[in-house]
Amino acid sequence: MNSQPLRLRTIGDVAPDVASGAVSASALTEACLGRIAERDGDLNAFIAIDADGARAAAQAADGEIAAGRYRGPLHGIPISLKDLIDVAGSPTTAASNVRPRTPAADDAPVVATLRAAGAIVLGKCNLHEFAFGTTSEDSAFGAVHNPHDLARSPGGSSGGSAAAVADGMSYGSIGTDTGGSIRIPSAACGTVGLKPSYGELSCDGIVPLSRTLDHVGPLARSVADAWMLYDAMAGRTPRLPADMPLPDRFRLGVPRPYFLDRVDPEVRRRFDDALARLEQAGVEVTEAEIPHAGDIAVIYLPIVLAEGMAYHAPTLDRRPEDYTAGVRLRLEMGRYVLAEDYVRARRGQEVLHREVAESLTACDALILPTLAIPAPPLGVDAVEVDGHTDSVRGLTLRLTQGFNLSGHPAISLPCGRTPDGLPCAVQLVGRRDRTADLLGIARRVEAAIQDNDDDGGHGGHGGNAGNAASDPAAT
Amino acid sequence: MRIETWLNAMKADAEARGLPELAPLLEALAQSTAALRRADWNDAADRPVGDLPAGRRSAEDEASR
Repeated sequence: MNSQPLRLRTIGDVAPDVASGAVSASALTEACLGRIAERDGDLNAFIAIDADGARAAAQAADGEIAAGRYRGPLHGIPISLKDLIDVAGSPTTAASNVRPRTPAADDAPVVATLRAAGAIVLGKCNLHEFAFGTTSEDSAFGAVHNPHDLARSPGGSSGGSAAAVADGMSYGSIGTDTGGSIRIPSAACGTVGLKPSYGELSCDGIVPLSRTLDHVGPLARSVADAWMLYDAMAGRTPRLPADMPLPDRFRLGVPRPYFLDRVDPEVRRRFDDALARLEQAGVEVTEAEIPHAGDIAVIYLPIVLAEGMAYHAPTLDRRPEDYTAGVRLRLEMGRYVLAEDYVRARRGQEVLHREVAESLTACDALILPTLAIPAPPLGVDAVEVDGHTDSVRGLTLRLTQGFNLSGHPAISLPCGRTPDGLPCAVQLVGRRDRTADLLGIARRVEAAIQDNDDDGGHGGHGGNAGNAASDPAAT
Repeated sequence: MRIETWLNAMKADAEARGLPELAPLLEALAQSTAALRRADWNDAADRPVGDLPAGRRSAEDEASR
């Protein structure tokens, strides 16, 4: 049996033990609840914890498994959900005082499919209010803290989800991603985060930010875990990692112009190391280009602002003081976006979609860093990179939001740490509506990085791209 | 609407609504929108995106030249 603490094992590793009865769902649940009790006072990753409900579900799972009714690798696995997603009987706060505290009537479809696969819902995670921010600081429930350094942001907006998974409070989590809100916190906390193709998983029962950009997806401790959660969310029966379809050969394209123009030197070093390891492992790496990449931010802004305003206008009019100050101000910009500019931006979105698709005809996936900077300190609005001072918001979105616009599937996975112990991450972008193929490539990339990450260098500790989570509390 | 006219109207409205702190964000929005309007795909707004020549430069590139 694996010698890691129970709470830090991957789903793929622990599932066979649950199936055999060697480990009970109740033991997994108690391990997570114990860690939450121990650490959530520091991290503030959770808004609501349903300990009684989780214990009851775990006992029911143990009974079903003992009776020979094992449902698959997620059966008896405790997970958490971003508190933007409806869970029957629990209010969906969106980390805001604007939202009513009345319980949701039904589970969101992605929650219902996860429960059908046997997953146990532990509770709901903190986030940047209404998912409109990348640091998880602006929350009616207080800021989330990064488990690797409590003075830093866990990224956002799904910051509580990433912190919970990285710290061993849940085995996986479900987040949402409108400009990078799954991938950014995954990169900042050292977890795996998947944004599937646009429209692939239902966003029903989830508070919207921007309907043409919103995605829902898993955060996990390995690519295989993300694959199992993704399959369950799509209503398929998840399988064990050994059954995961993997490509024999694949080619990666590096889109250097724009995407590598402004990157923290240590992040760049870890990215270059990852490319070198992949080439050593026999992966072909070529150059790629998205000619209008420099327009990503100017296309993104009118769309997210106008669509956000369409949802928030009534409450901004009636109860503006109930929003956190920063989120309110950014939402207010949406009042002024002109229809002509929204149309220009939607046309730009089409251009980007076409260019990303074209870049993927010469390679099987794009590879680039996920975050241009390591997790930023809490309370800081701007940082310097390569001699330029940029906003934290702009820098954190810079490498991810383009693939919300194009709708291509994208996944973030760890690629080691800075000398200060902060996680760095690579992002892979696959062909539209081929998320399963992207996951197969990501698992190969994860293995290549992990196999070469025991060199005692910066990536040695926490270069856990594979099946072993490290303990942030040990750093 | 021209960017300058639009920006002035936005700032006046924000001020009237008691949100003067919105001004720097609106200036950034105006700057971003000006870049959006410079983008080359607007030159052929009567044609489907698929008909545009591939590989043209971004507005950010053009602005920095």
